[in-house]
Amino acid sequence: MGAIRFDDVGRFYGNKTGGFQALKGVNLEISDKEFMAVVGPSGCGKTTLLRFVAGFDRPSSGTVSVNGIRVTKPGPDRAVVFQQFALMPWKTVRENIDLGLRNIGIARAERQSRIAATLQLMNLTGHADAFPHQLSGGMQQRVSIARAWVLDPEVLLMDEPFGALDAQTRVVMQEELVRLARRNPRTVMFITHAVEEAVYLADRVAIMARQPGRIKEIIDIRPIREAEGWDAHEKIEDVMDLESFVHLRTRIWRSLREEKAMELA
Amino acid sequence: MRVFDAKNTLILGLMGFGGFLLLWTLLAISGLIPSLFLPSPLAVAERFVYLLDNRFAGGTLIDHLWASLLRFAGGFGLAVVIGVPLGLLMGWFRLLDDIVTPLFDAVRFIAPIAWVPFAALWFGTGIGGPIMIIFAGAFPPCLINAYRGAKFADPRLIEAGRMLGTPDHRMISEILLPSAVPSIIAGLRISAGLGWQSLVGAELIVASTGIGYMMVQGQGNVSTTTVMAGMIGIGIIGLIIDIILRRTEEIILRRRGLAH
Repeated sequence: MGAIRFDDVGRFYGNKTGGFQALKGVNLEISDKEFMAVVGPSGCGKTTLLRFVAGFDRPSSGTVSVNGIRVTKPGPDRAVVFQQFALMPWKTVRENIDLGLRNIGIARAERQSRIAATLQLMNLTGHADAFPHQLSGGMQQRVSIARAWVLDPEVLLMDEPFGALDAQTRVVMQEELVRLARRNPRTVMFITHAVEEAVYLADRVAIMARQPGRIKEIIDIRPIREAEGWDAHEKIEDVMDLESFVHLRTRIWRSLREEKAMELA
Repeated sequence: MRVFDAKNTLILGLMGFGGFLLLWTLLAISGLIPSLFLPSPLAVAERFVYLLDNRFAGGTLIDHLWASLLRFAGGFGLAVVIGVPLGLLMGWFRLLDDIVTPLFDAVRFIAPIAWVPFAALWFGTGIGGPIMIIFAGAFPPCLINAYRGAKFADPRLIEAGRMLGTPDHRMISEILLPSAVPSIIAGLRISAGLGWQSLVGAELIVASTGIGYMMVQGQGNVSTTTVMAGMIGIGIIGLIIDIILRRTEEIILRRRGLAH
């Protein structure tokens, strides 16, 4: 059974006389504890797919379900990490992380210990009482991940989470996320347009095409990653230097570029 | 650059004031206008100081201002306590918005003074009537600005709240309210101004104390200096109320890291 399932999902904007088919016939299954990256050109509807799982939007045809239950509204079992962090500026780091725990009715003592553990996991210890605007972009995104992570959600939805960060910070965050994800596997749907990021982080990469938005190809990274021992390397540049990595990255690039070429033709 | 600007603004402001006083003095001493019609600034200032510790129409200027201020606090407080939560609720619950907005849009165009007969009839001329009139003036900006503040809250924060499973009451108190604070404070400033104006208007008609009442008595005694002293008292208190609210606004914005 797949944790996240898209069954023949479509999204149409407009009315009977005319409109725009944003997504068509999307079938995708993300297994339990699997890290799935979704890459595609802008406008292919990858973020829309994530928003269906989050319950923010609904498909106009087909179904989206999590653990066999059809998604109808947002909830803390499907925590989202947004590109623009979306932290409450009037809440401290601790209060931001605490909100979801209070909502699901966890007792104070347990909340405190879970927050402390998550702060440590995300290298945020010592910043619990800071306000978001006092932190760097990378730190703010850590808080945003902590806020989702602390809920121990069924699935973690990440919408270009490192897209708003500078290049150096992004690399650090990618390395941290790999460590986090390999140590405590979660079901993750990770949206990005950065191919290298997808190959580095994910178990599988779904490549999307546009007009209409659809899944073009799914590439399994895991066998190659495990056979070539990527995770033994601590630094992202060492992994990116490996022939196997370059090969996969190029393959995905080609697949995306064919898309571009068709569009221009 | 900012210091220079602030200094310039102050100088220009003082020049405006000075020019006004000069024109007023020249007009008054030129003899073109009888002093009863336009008392000189000096005569008004003298009267103002005199009224500070001499009773007129049942009390000193301070007594009258104090009585007005208490009424104002009552009406304004009521407007805030009802208007802000109602505005936030309307900004969150679509149904409430659809029910209340048309009614409110019609009622808010009735000038507060138009309520005077009913205010006197329903709540008397002592405390209740004037409070109702202040309320009528102060309520709309409280409601409108809380509503708009909630409506224009960052949709990303609302989505974040929803994905965290935030229940309605917490959504309103912990996300919409803080989002709306700048808008609400701006509303309170407008609301306080309108409320304070409505109050004096109301006291001109009803009430037997207060700054408006004092001015009506001044008019009755053909003491135009008393009327003008009252006007100055109104201006000063209005300014103080606005400065307090502006400061509050600055403090809140700074705490959010929004001030420059």
